[in-house]
Amino acid sequence: MTDKKTVIMDSAAMGKTLSRLAHEIVERRGDEPGLAIVGIKTRGAYIAARLADKVSELAGKKIERGYLGITLYRDDLSQQSEQPLMHSTEVDFDVQGRTIILADDVLYTGRTVRCALDALIDLGRPARIELAVLVDRGHRELPIRADYAGKNIPTAKSELVRVRMKECDGADEVVVERK
Amino acid sequence: MNWNRKDLIGLEYLSAAEIEHILAATDSFKQVTTRSIKKVPTLRGKTVANLFFEPSTRTSASFELAAKRLSCDVLTLNIATSSVKKGETLVDTARNIEAMEVDTLIVRHGAAGAPAMLSRAVKACVINAGDGWHEHPTQGLLDMYTLRSRLGDIKGLRVSIIGDIAHSRVARSNIWGLTKLGAQVTVCAPPVLLPVGIEKFGVKITTDLDEAIAGADAINVLRMQFERDCAQAFPSRTEYFRKYGVTQERLQKAKHDIVVMHPGPMNRGIEMSSEVADGPNSVILEQVTNGVAVRMAVIYLTATAKEASL
Amino acid sequence: MKYLIKNGRCIDPANNLDAVADLLLSDGKIENIGKKIPSPKGAQTIDAQGMIVAPGFVDMHVHLRTPGREDVETLESGSRAALKGGYTSVLMMPNTDPAVDTPEMARGLKEQAHKESVVHAYVSGAVTKGRQGAQLTDIAGLKAAGALAVTDDGCCVADDGIFRKALRESARAGLLLIDHCEDSKISGKGVMNESFMSTKLGMRGMPRQAEYEMVRRDIEYARGLDALVHIAHVSCKESCDLIRKAKKAGVRVTAEAAPHHFTLTDEACANYDTRTKMNPPLRADYDVKAIKEALADGTLDAIATDHAPHGLHDKYVEFDAASFGVIGLETALSISVMELVNKGVLDWPRLIELLSSAPAKILGIPAGTLSKGAPADVTVLDPKAELLYTAEEVASRSKNSPFIDWKLTGLAMEVFVSGKRLVSGGQLV
Repeated sequence: MTDKKTVIMDSAAMGKTLSRLAHEIVERRGDEPGLAIVGIKTRGAYIAARLADKVSELAGKKIERGYLGITLYRDDLSQQSEQPLMHSTEVDFDVQGRTIILADDVLYTGRTVRCALDALIDLGRPARIELAVLVDRGHRELPIRADYAGKNIPTAKSELVRVRMKECDGADEVVVERK
Repeated sequence: MNWNRKDLIGLEYLSAAEIEHILAATDSFKQVTTRSIKKVPTLRGKTVANLFFEPSTRTSASFELAAKRLSCDVLTLNIATSSVKKGETLVDTARNIEAMEVDTLIVRHGAAGAPAMLSRAVKACVINAGDGWHEHPTQGLLDMYTLRSRLGDIKGLRVSIIGDIAHSRVARSNIWGLTKLGAQVTVCAPPVLLPVGIEKFGVKITTDLDEAIAGADAINVLRMQFERDCAQAFPSRTEYFRKYGVTQERLQKAKHDIVVMHPGPMNRGIEMSSEVADGPNSVILEQVTNGVAVRMAVIYLTATAKEASL
Repeated sequence: MKYLIKNGRCIDPANNLDAVADLLLSDGKIENIGKKIPSPKGAQTIDAQGMIVAPGFVDMHVHLRTPGREDVETLESGSRAALKGGYTSVLMMPNTDPAVDTPEMARGLKEQAHKESVVHAYVSGAVTKGRQGAQLTDIAGLKAAGALAVTDDGCCVADDGIFRKALRESARAGLLLIDHCEDSKISGKGVMNESFMSTKLGMRGMPRQAEYEMVRRDIEYARGLDALVHIAHVSCKESCDLIRKAKKAGVRVTAEAAPHHFTLTDEACANYDTRTKMNPPLRADYDVKAIKEALADGTLDAIATDHAPHGLHDKYVEFDAASFGVIGLETALSISVMELVNKGVLDWPRLIELLSSAPAKILGIPAGTLSKGAPADVTVLDPKAELLYTAEEVASRSKNSPFIDWKLTGLAMEVFVSGKRLVSGGQLV
């Protein structure tokens, strides 16, 4: 049986979605002096970078950005058959007292976000953390929700949501694969 | 590259890719150790036992901090070999500790091969924290990490190891690690402290300190143990310092940015002058800082390899 | 009981015999050897076609740990291990606890061996009291008590003056002096051969000089006193060279080598496997080669196992802390066949000589021949039989062999001691 693939977001749609997210962020938090956007590596980092560019443009000021490696905060060490890749954290500003928008590509069980929250809080004490995701596919296992969601996609657990981005995959698209 | 060893016994047994993998992982841990919250929850609930059958302050402390910064529980046992002689064998001691559901054993022992033997006898991870004259792999790794952060790629670097090569596990781990990563290694010692067959390690050999220093990108100066193995080998401490002590004067002839390392504990005025130890070329304290990060990486990688194999 | 061993290749180096023949054993003696011997009434016939019929083997260097360490070997278990390897006579080293250093002890042990050993187990006595190297034992008394040799084996007779006195005294008493050649001032606390391997493994080395400088001394004293000295377990090339030269010059020196020394090198120590720890230690490639040559050309007279049982608690410890020694009685034949005959180093008659007639002659015992009227100590071996030598196969009480899990070729199938069939079909009876 061949895998079935459905493209649910192409390059143009992704651009529009990120734009909308940026607008929402500016609308709600644009006036806050310490606003910063921090992405979860790998693809969340590119989303954070793109959002930060757009928010900077819209708000007319430079928005700090950073990237989190969360390998060391994962809770599934014993369930990995392969060793997770180690990503280093690149947050060059003090998170203390800031409003941080945490960015990722897909929100699923919520466990990655939980790790990222821990990793972020170990860097200091932000005033507030909000969550922005490109895609929310449901099936949460923890009480976590997105403050800014690009698109809600109802999925089955057996499906795979794959986000591809120019920076690392050569193209922008979101695909749902059925096994 | 996927790390799949539950033990770290020596750098001799690792490939260049495996060594690179540890050094790359160390970056993440270095980052953790330099922020204000110097701890990650990675190995929460795991237990690490420091089994030190030979006295050590720094290595034991470094491993203990490394394990704690990974959120492990740590048990440090200094076991005098005399009490071991009273009846319990090394394997029995280790198995008893393991029976308390300890996940990782960090072993320092006076007998070469003791950690290798334990790694076969227990299911826990075994990390060699120095065995006899054999190896001290985490010291080798932290030396390489320090060199790399100072000088970039290790390939092609000229590194001289100076001092008691014959009785030094640090020398062996450095030689294995550095040559695997493509450095040109020179060993420099008085003739009696050059061990049999050293030429087969693929190193240059000299007995002249100035020759070892000239053109070197880095020197690693070993501790002289006059109270132990070197007593027969050299007439006196002053005589040693005169011929093999690294001084500011000797460094005049070296590259101006030569990196000076020492694995500690240092005998000031025997293998190195205080001016050099505290001078601008010295990275001795940086080595100590990096040691914790390297050991975090090793504890983490071996633990995950063990989990993956279960 | 009479046994007729038919159609085997009978090799009897003492009589220069190598021919297919029948051998008749009767009343504990060899009654006849020749072509087509008719089967006497009541005789049991053994078909030995394709097999080699040889004098029972003689191991002039074994440690059966009695008295004192019966937990690791007894006269019974050690002699059963000997039988399994085709040996019918062994010489027990006196480094027991206490050491065999008085005529009374030698006599007592001889009597005990007579009762408990299933092969002829001969006694040797210490050269010095308690093997301390300071004061000579009653060498003539030991001879009278039945000892076949004196030796401080495990230690060298280090003091030149004591050694010289011992050599004179044993020559006068007509007793063989066996020396463990090791200058402990040179070997120190070494645990393996001093080499690239010891440097790599970070272990203290035992330089080869420790052995051959003592061999040189022993030879010089033997030359000076015109006395006989036997060099135990030769491990290095230089020792072979010295012995070869001495023999050519007419010095009365004999020597032995152990199978592990012509099979393994110090590379075998790479995993800190304490089953590769023995004294003298495993040496280099060129030593292995030199020992093989010396066995072939007559420089070395005998193969001796230096069978040294040690329990797990003595061996399953750090390499530094482990006892020296390996067992060897059960594997010596196979290892010799594989390393010496099958690799073309020497021929079957020479191997049989090294294993039987030569050591028998050195010890002066009535063994090592298939002559008519000789004691019926006979080993029938199958040169092609194979065995996976697992720990479960070991007959000795100790399992400290570096050859565990080796596939062995060449096995003793039938062994007769004084006419009694104690190994049959390769199994202990």
